This record gives sequence, structure tokens and C-alpha cells, in this order.
Amino acid sequence: MFDKEKLGQIKESAEAFQAKHQKSIEKRPERKQTFETGSGAEVNVLYTPADIPEFDYMEDLGMPGSYPYTRGVQTNMYRGRFWTMRMYAGFATAEESNKRYKYLIEQGSMGLSVAFDLPTQIGYDSDHALAEGEVGKVGVAIDSLADMEILFDGIPLDKVSTSMTINAPASVLLAMYIAVAEKQGVSSDQLRGTIQNDILKEYIARGTYIFPTEPSMRLITNIFEYCSKHVPQWNTISISGYHIREAGSTAAQEVGFTLADGIAYVDAAIKAGLDVDVFAPRLSFFFNAHNDILEEVAKYRAARRLWARIMKERFGAKDPKSMALKFHTQTGGSTLTAQQPENNIVRVAIQTLAAVLGGTQSLHTNSKDEALALPTEDSVRVALRTQQIVAYESGAADTVDPLAGSYYIEAKTNQIEKEAMEYIKKIDEIGGAPKAIDAGYIQQEIMDAAYNYQKDIEAGKRIIVGMNKFQIKEEAPKGLLKVDPSVGELQKNKLAELRAKRDNALVQSKLEALKAACSTDANLMPFILDAVRAYATLGEICGVMREVFGEYQQSVQL
Amino acid sequence: MALAERLLQGDKRAAARLISMAENHDPEAVEILKSLYQRTGRAHVIGITGPPGAGKSTLTDKLAKAIRARGKTVGIIAVDPTSPFTGGSILGDRVRMNDLSTDPGVFIRSMGTRGHLGGLSKATQAAVKVLDIYGADYIFIETVGVGQSEVDIAKNADTTLMVMVPGLGDDIQAIKAGIMEIGDVFAVNKADRDGAKRTATEIEMMLDFNKTDWRPPVQMVIAVDNKGVEELLGHIMDHMTHMKETGKLEKKRVLNSKLEIIDLIQENLMRMILDKSSKEDLINNLATEVAARKADPYTAAEMVLKEIK
Amino acid sequence: MDRPIRVLVAKPGLDGHDRGAKVIARALRDAGMEVIYTGLRQTPEQIVNATIQEDVDVVAMSILSGAHNTLLPKVVELLKAEKADDVLVIGGGVIPDDDIPFLKEKGIAEIFTPGTPTSVTIDFIRANIKRK
Repeated sequence: MFDKEKLGQIKESAEAFQAKHQKSIEKRPERKQTFETGSGAEVNVLYTPADIPEFDYMEDLGMPGSYPYTRGVQTNMYRGRFWTMRMYAGFATAEESNKRYKYLIEQGSMGLSVAFDLPTQIGYDSDHALAEGEVGKVGVAIDSLADMEILFDGIPLDKVSTSMTINAPASVLLAMYIAVAEKQGVSSDQLRGTIQNDILKEYIARGTYIFPTEPSMRLITNIFEYCSKHVPQWNTISISGYHIREAGSTAAQEVGFTLADGIAYVDAAIKAGLDVDVFAPRLSFFFNAHNDILEEVAKYRAARRLWARIMKERFGAKDPKSMALKFHTQTGGSTLTAQQPENNIVRVAIQTLAAVLGGTQSLHTNSKDEALALPTEDSVRVALRTQQIVAYESGAADTVDPLAGSYYIEAKTNQIEKEAMEYIKKIDEIGGAPKAIDAGYIQQEIMDAAYNYQKDIEAGKRIIVGMNKFQIKEEAPKGLLKVDPSVGELQKNKLAELRAKRDNALVQSKLEALKAACSTDANLMPFILDAVRAYATLGEICGVMREVFGEYQQSVQL
Repeated sequence: MALAERLLQGDKRAAARLISMAENHDPEAVEILKSLYQRTGRAHVIGITGPPGAGKSTLTDKLAKAIRARGKTVGIIAVDPTSPFTGGSILGDRVRMNDLSTDPGVFIRSMGTRGHLGGLSKATQAAVKVLDIYGADYIFIETVGVGQSEVDIAKNADTTLMVMVPGLGDDIQAIKAGIMEIGDVFAVNKADRDGAKRTATEIEMMLDFNKTDWRPPVQMVIAVDNKGVEELLGHIMDHMTHMKETGKLEKKRVLNSKLEIIDLIQENLMRMILDKSSKEDLINNLATEVAARKADPYTAAEMVLKEIK
Repeated sequence: MDRPIRVLVAKPGLDGHDRGAKVIARALRDAGMEVIYTGLRQTPEQIVNATIQEDVDVVAMSILSGAHNTLLPKVVELLKAEKADDVLVIGGGVIPDDDIPFLKEKGIAEIFTPGTPTSVTIDFIRANIKRK
């Protein structure tokens, strides 16, 4: 990119600048000894072409919509249409959540994003002992197809795209979605949406696992295979760095560990006999957006370039769609403060800008009150408006990858890619992501970063406005959302009714068929779908699989 | 009610408190253990050791469940290292034993090594006695086989189980020099991994040098899948039977008692010396002189010993 | 006191967000305490049994699932039933201020909400453990 002679001159000049800079700070020290990014990487006073001496435009960036996709996965990005403004929501009963979805659609939300309660995420019915106190709390409680029918009542499934944050029992919830569509007269090939379906990050960071690694990976590849034939527009997995970052990782770890998980899924699918170009175009990713806007933009760009190279070089993908990393973004929940919660609106705005400048395909913006409770309708609206303001008023959406060519951004993109690649290499040496998780390597790395971050905050090395600086005396915030504690009883009653009403002999036979299939090599999706259609409950279906597969044992690294 | 009586009645809080007292060198704990010593010696004590990451906790969990299935009760003492810098520790073995924590027939206790010289074995042996009196039929002591004191603890059991895993490579050579010979039973955990057979073969080869009438069995297990656990427990039971039938158990217990008495003498002596030499000042002062070559260490030691005569 | 303070760090409920629990576990360790870590998805019964067997001074529970009003008081109740009420019970996590008076009334000594420095928790434990 730069000719040798020019580069030499720049280098010289940059060195002279550095010397001058050193001298000046001896007289007038800077605000800090060292400047660090949000992830603790050192930041220099100035970036010049000397920081990216090998920079090769076509090799490193290329054009948007083409390999290596550094600048974005579409040619004109948001000039065609904006990213999907997708607000994660769901709480209490299916009836309540259905109302919230209709409200969000009215307010201009373009896709649904379903949050399930913890018993649902872990495959327990609402009347299970472990569900006590948890029903409907962090999301909607779904026990059977009957609940799912209510959840999407009046929402035409051929018109919306739906993202479901569901992992261990993803196959069951997807089957329920397909079954609801059938009842609406919508065939499965018209369905659009995403299931998270990323079990590895559950083991690493999020904790809602059920089965051990091997059967879990099998369920995932079963879904890949089934969807490639029957639900071709469905994104079968959302390989998530979001929770890895929330657990305390750095930006480079977020990329490295997430792509290492991605590699494990591709490996598993290829091992199961699938053609890489059949399933890879349906893979999608999910990243976090933190406050260090420049580091975050570089992170997204690095992730795209690295994945494109991995798919092409490591897996020999031919279809460009297999190489293009599409991703959903959520603003960083852990960056929000319980203190002076209005400040969170500003944080979310910065993070929104980071995601948009980084080329996200869809975005959930957190609400200001999420460090305190589930968001109210009002605070969700402000969060959505934040996206709309960035979309319509900021100008950031009107040209593609506007920060490209910044010496800092390009140097940072290189650096994150390099660091992430080093993590992937290390994980390859251990034998791949599942083994590295089993050995506790990934958890340990994240935990070390998280603990350092906490210590920096407590030492005042890192300032969080309103929390460890600029504090005020404040009243307890009012008007937080409260989930009616009677939800648990309500769901229990609904379940009892269902169990009395349905054809229990049919349920039993479908469950037995599923159980038998678990011990064979068969694709489990059709069996699960059959059980769902007969109104077998989520807990019953997962229970049968628990019997055959057993349960995952957490590997704790402290 | 007095702690001793509560313990005899199977009060778990009494057992727990007594272990704490012993750990904290509370003299009352010693008095109680003196009065109840007759009641110990019933339990089969099993030491479990091996390198970090070998899956000892998971295996202990599965062995305990197998014993529970036979209607017997279990005590588990899980020892983890204390940080020498802060004196704190994170004891995480319970994570892998969660199903056991509500079983009334199981008592799990986590202990930090707390860095005291020799004191660790005193505390764990006290805990064994407490759990024995409390009524545990089997008592596991799980330690990481890295330090000598941890190894000593495992060695003091009736049966010592060494847990190995494939993939340690040359480590096995290093380990075998120091601690391999203490194993009465060997488990090769994670036996579904590459190299498991080789690990087992290497152990067998090493055992070929063993010329006693008990050839330690080597059992392949996959603890997470509960595979090979019944067989392993069988070997542990067989070892106990062998020890009893050959009279070795008695000999071993006499030897262990002797070691315990010597340990206690050493500890008491040390405490007496330190107390008499007025809180270490004498020793510290002498040490300064010895370092400065103004005195020699031999004479210094004699001077200290004179203090307690 | 010449013995380390023993603390049980537990995650009741079904949520898997253990960053807070692990960070506090490390901080307590670095403050010289003996931390018994129990992992995810602990029922009140499991927590209470571990509390008794481990003879801890403190039970510290981290919960982000919203089930705190059900699960935390249950732990205190069970401890009382076992006559183990000399244990200091504290909680942390995403817990709305509105719920804190209720939890304190139920016997949870203190609730540490997001943003609390670990040093505050450490000082609180040192000042409030019931057994010296």
C-alpha cells in the first residue's frame, strides 16, 4: 500500500514525533502512565502508516460484500435497509409476552427476539421442584406447544423473523415454532429466524446447559441437517461471544473463543457427513458492544476477516456465503450501572454506534434499568429509539465501513485478529474448544481478565462514571418492572389442565419413540417434532433425553 | 448438650464444629478426641491422590454413590492448597459432588492446607477420627498429589488409590519416582482418551518391580460416565480384605499410630521450644549471630534445647 | 482471630451467570479467607447442608435470576430449622432496592447490588461474623 521510500520517511518522522512526545511528557505528565482500551490493551499516543507497514488494501480489506469481508458482508450495507432492530423481550406468561411483542411491532421493531425463563432454558416444566421461584422471571415460560400457540397468537410467522435465545433445548423450541406455523398454515420453508443453539458458550459462560458435550453436539448437527432440508431460511446457530464478554473476557478473547467454538461446530457437522457449503451459510454470530467504540469496531472487522480466512483456508469452503460472518449485536449488559441509571442511555448510544460502525446485521439495545431489573415498556422504548436515532439522524448508516483506513482502526483490527488467532492456535493444541472447555482453559482465561478488570475498578485505575467517580446520593429508583409472583401457579395450573386433556397414550408412544431414537444415529428432529405435536411437554421431552444422555458436569476454574 | 455427646448421637453440626476446632488447634478438640478415641478405627479409610486435573473429585463422587447404593455411609475430606501469599484458598471440590450434599449418609468437608508444617496431617487425621465417631463406614481423603504432606496424608490411609490420566507424558516418570509406590489401587481415569492404554501399561510395567503379595490392580475408569467405578470399588474392598486376612492392616495401623505419636511429639516439642524461647526471639537472635558467623548453628541448637530441659 | 474466616459462596437458582460469584470468591481468597465454592444451580437444601458440613462463618449467595425473594429466605429458614443461626447470610446480584427490606426482614444480613466494590463486602464480613 505504502511505497518503501515513503514509509521510511513516515517512520523516521514518527520516531522523531515519539522523541518529542517523550520529552514533553517529562515536563507535563499525561493523565495516566499508560492508556488502555476497554479490554486493557495499550493505546499509543498516535497511529501512522508506520503502525500498519504491511497494509495491503485488497488483501486485508477488499470491497464490502466480498472476501475477506472486513468492510462488511453486504455491498451497500445500510443504504439498502437498516440493520434489524430486534428487541429481546419476554417475561411471565405467553399471554403477557405476546402483548409485549405486538407493542414492539407497533413501535417499529422489525424482528422478534424471544427470551425464555430459566426452567424453559434448562428443560424443566414450570411444576418441577427446581423451577420454584424462577417461572416467568427472566423470560417467558413455555411448557408445551399450547404455550407457544399463545405466544405467537395473531403474529403471522411468514411475515416476521424470530430470534429465540434458546440453547440446550433449542431443538424442542424450534420444533414448537414449526408446529405453530403449521397451525397457521405456514410451511416450514417460509420461516425466518434464528435459534441461539450454542451449547459451548453455555459451558463456558452462560450456564444453561443440560446434556454432556457429545449428545449436545449431535443435537446441534441434527438441527443443521434438518433445517438445510426443511427450514432453509433459518439461521441454525448463533455462535455467541456476547456471554463470553459478559463473563469478563477481553475483546480479543471474545473473538478468539467464539470463533474457536465456531470451528468446533463446523468440525462436528463435517464429521457428521454434512457438506460445509450446505450448512455454513446458515451459521451466524452474536457479539457484544462495549463502550470503547474504536476497539469494538476493530473487533467486528477482525472477526469478519478471520472467519472468512478460516472458512476458506481451513475448511475449504467454496460458497462466498459460507465465508461471510453475519452477526447480531447486543449492547453490553455488564457495562450498565445500577448507579444513576439514566447514564446508561448514553452508554447504550455509544455502543449502538459501535455496532453500526462495525457493520452489525441486527441489534438489541439494552434498557437503562437492566442493572436493576427487567426493563419496563418505557425504558425499552428509549432503547429502541436510540437505534432509530443512530439510523436516521447520525449519518453513520449512510456509507459503508466509514472508519476504514484510519491508522488506529486498521492497526487495532490487525492486533485483535492476531491475538484471537493465537487463542485459536492454543485451543487447537489442546484438541479443540470442547476439550479446552473441559480442561477449564477458556474459563480460566476469562476469569483472570474479569478479576483484573474488577481490581482496576476498585483501585480507581478504571473509571466508571457514577460508580467509582462522580457519585451522588440517590434515591432508590421507582417503577421497576415486577413479574407477578402468581405466574408460577398459573403455569402449574395450565400444565395440569394440559396433562388431563391431551391424549396421554399418544404422548407416551411419541416419547418412547424419541427415547429409542436417542440410542441410534437417527436425526432426532422428526421425533422431537412428533412429540411436540402430541403436546408432550418440554420437561418430558428433555427428561427422556436426560435419561439416555445424562447431564453435563460443570468444570469450574477459580 | 456437650459436643462429645452430640457427636456420639450423630449430630452433623457437632461433627462439623469439632473438625473446625481441631483445624484451629483448639485444645478442647484434643480433649474430646482423647475421650472418644476408643470409638475410632471402625471406618475403612481411603486416600485418593493423583495429579491436578485427574478427576479425583468426580471419581470420589461416583465411588461414594456406589457405596451409598450398598447401604453404607460415607465421609469425604477434600484437601486443597492454601495460597502461601494471602493465607486464603478456594476449595472447589464440592462442585463435583453436588448430588451428595443432601444425602444424610454423606458428610463432605473441604480443608485448606493452611501452610502449617506437619499440621495438615494432624488436622486431617483429627477430621478422620471425627467422621469415624460420627458413623461414616468409609472415609475418603482426597488430596492433590503434588506436595509431600499431601502424599503423606494419602499414605496414612488403609487403602491408597492413585488416580492417573492419559496425556501426562513424561510426567508419569517424575511422579513415579516420588509417589507411585504408595498406590494400593490404581485408576486410569478418562480412559476414553488417546493414550489411556499406554498409561495403564506404563503403570503395570512399574508395578512389575513390586515383589509383595499384593499386586495393585490397575482399573480403567471414565468417572464422568460412571464407567469402571463398580470394579474400582471392588478392588478397594479386595485390598481391605487382603489387608485384614494377612494381618497387614494391624501392622499398618500400628505403624501409622507410631508415626502419629512421633508427629505429635515433634509438634508438642516444637511448640514447647518456641514458647520457652520466648516467642522465637531467642531463635531469631541466634539466627542473626549464626548468619554473621558469630556463632555456629550446632551450638545455637544446643542452647535452645537447654532452655526446655 | 487466628483462624481464617470460612465462607460458602453459592449460586442458588437456575441462572448461570457466575462472574460475580467467582470474582467475589477470588477477592475473599485474596483477603485471606477460606472459600468453599459450590457451583451453579444450588437448591436451598444443598446450600444449607454444605453450610453445616463445612461449618462456615458466612454464606454468600449470588443470584441474578429474579428468584431471590423465594430462595434466599428459604435458606435462612432451613438454617434456623437446623439451629445453625450463628451463620452470617449475605446476598448479591441483580436485586431491586424495593426487595431489600423484605430480604433483611427475612434474615439476610446484607444485600450487595451491582457495582459494590469487593472491599465493601470483605469489610462487612469481617465486621459482622457472629462467631469470633
